[in-house]
Amino acid sequence: MRREVPLLITAIVGITFVVSYFIPHFPFNRMDAWFADWFSIIAACAIVLGALNLIKLSAQKVLDRKEDWVYSLVIIFSFILITVIGFWEGRDYRDPGTAFDWLYNNMYNPLSATMFSILAFFVASASYRAFRARNFEATLLLIAAFLVMIGRVPVGDFFTSFMPEGYRFSDLANWIMDYPQTAGQRAIMIGIGLGVVSTSLRVILGIERAHIGSGE
Amino acid sequence: MTPVDTLEANARPLPPTDVTVKDTPNDGGGAITVAWNPSPDDHKGGKVKGYSVFRAEYIDDQPGEFTLVGERPAGKDEYSNDDGNTADGIRYVYKVAALNRVTTETGEVREFVSESAVTLPVTSSPQWFHKRRVNVMVAVILLSFFIVYYIRQAKAGKKLFIRRIAGMEAVDEAVGRATEMGKKIFYISGLGDMDNMQTIASLTILGRVAELAAEYETYLDVPVCRSLVMVTGREVVKEAYSKAGRPDAFKPDQVHYLTDDQFGYAAAVDGMFVREKPATIFYMGQFYAESLILAETGNSIGAIQIAGTAMPAQLPFFVAACDYTLIGEELFAASSYLSKEPKLLGSLKGQDIGKGIILVALIIGVILESFGVWQLSNLFMVK
Repeated sequence: MRREVPLLITAIVGITFVVSYFIPHFPFNRMDAWFADWFSIIAACAIVLGALNLIKLSAQKVLDRKEDWVYSLVIIFSFILITVIGFWEGRDYRDPGTAFDWLYNNMYNPLSATMFSILAFFVASASYRAFRARNFEATLLLIAAFLVMIGRVPVGDFFTSFMPEGYRFSDLANWIMDYPQTAGQRAIMIGIGLGVVSTSLRVILGIERAHIGSGE
Repeated sequence: MTPVDTLEANARPLPPTDVTVKDTPNDGGGAITVAWNPSPDDHKGGKVKGYSVFRAEYIDDQPGEFTLVGERPAGKDEYSNDDGNTADGIRYVYKVAALNRVTTETGEVREFVSESAVTLPVTSSPQWFHKRRVNVMVAVILLSFFIVYYIRQAKAGKKLFIRRIAGMEAVDEAVGRATEMGKKIFYISGLGDMDNMQTIASLTILGRVAELAAEYETYLDVPVCRSLVMVTGREVVKEAYSKAGRPDAFKPDQVHYLTDDQFGYAAAVDGMFVREKPATIFYMGQFYAESLILAETGNSIGAIQIAGTAMPAQLPFFVAACDYTLIGEELFAASSYLSKEPKLLGSLKGQDIGKGIILVALIIGVILESFGVWQLSNLFMVK
């Protein structure tokens, strides 16, 4: 039963969603919002499980003095600090001037920005490996990337300023982005669309059921 | 004529004409569409600044008090209350006014309005079918038919040819490598939650990877960033261990929660990669900017990496930094491919037929539209 019931719920919800796409009449036009509300409620309950799991694992690491246990201590401390301050300041905890807001702007934002900014260095190192002319396709990629990059900066058009308009580096870069790149991207998107429909159908029909688990 | 009369004669626009009203089609009710022929003074440099739409209830064959319900800039000829603020079943009448604003020499702003005639009464109502989505319905029915047909064929024992997916062929090798090296396997299911099809596909692949890991007795670590994915992932891994005959080896904390925050998650996973130096890393699911941060860190520690996502913007990053990448639809095909179950392989074949149909339509469309014969692309417009 613990396997059949989730399968039945999945099938009913899935079919309802498909049908509601074609029926604008009430109640089908509200299904989206209702299911989204239910999902939020379930997710809100599950977040407690997630938070408890995080604290449990971190606490175990600290108690057992496992390698790098200090990082786990930082997690526990940060978790408790932000939760206590959030609850202490009540519903207005995100207003300017609150301690929560200060922590958000002066701790969380800089940390987040740091993570995002290292992406630039990783793009450089990954590009270096990807753009090596190992074979014909990689050479083609290298040339296309070079043309797009030089076409996106003013110096590209400076070098080709003697060419008539429409034949400069920026025009070439735009052509690559508008035609070969868009064609490739659309091919991938069509495949993804079909893949999503196919997987959805498998889930609705109960053929794909690994995500339901053992049910024991 | 007084100066005021002269100003009025020069500034007052002609009203819009032929105002028609109809129940907005293909909606859930509560909306009426008003259309009109623009005022003859509505042109560049003309006397129309915009249009005001007025509505009144029509009771006992008499219009009630008109109220302003919407405005449109000059050049527009249609208005619809998409917020659904008309009551279904109630009769309404409309009128549209062309509006001009003039600043006099004394600095006073004066408005000149010319109203159209009042329309016939109209009622809004909800529809039971969205007629502009017939093409989507046909596509869904066709695709579903092919999928179900090939599933039946596969169940009947017909051998189906499925093309080789290099990334999936490498799964066994990647798990084996971790076993040989005596190191962990990391499985990253992306930022998607359980309402995301990529996450569902990812968890299905996780099941197969977990089964292999259980068989090879290699530790599988699944740090997740969504609590619902944690709960579901545990069930998946638990079942996989049972299938492999190693239920005792399963530990619930193998699938553990880190944080919902995108870069917090990336930082935590990166830290785990660097500290624990896994032999194999899988990235399957929905990824955003963190994809390259994760994949480059994995690359730097020398792990074999297999990625799969349906996020086109992240694909180049994975291709550059990982050993194998499942591109788009391959992520959805992977679970069927790995399981080798006839029913799942049948659905894959049906999906390929759908692709074939689109390919043929594309070729025909390119030919027809190149010669201006027929706008085939209109058939594929989704509204």
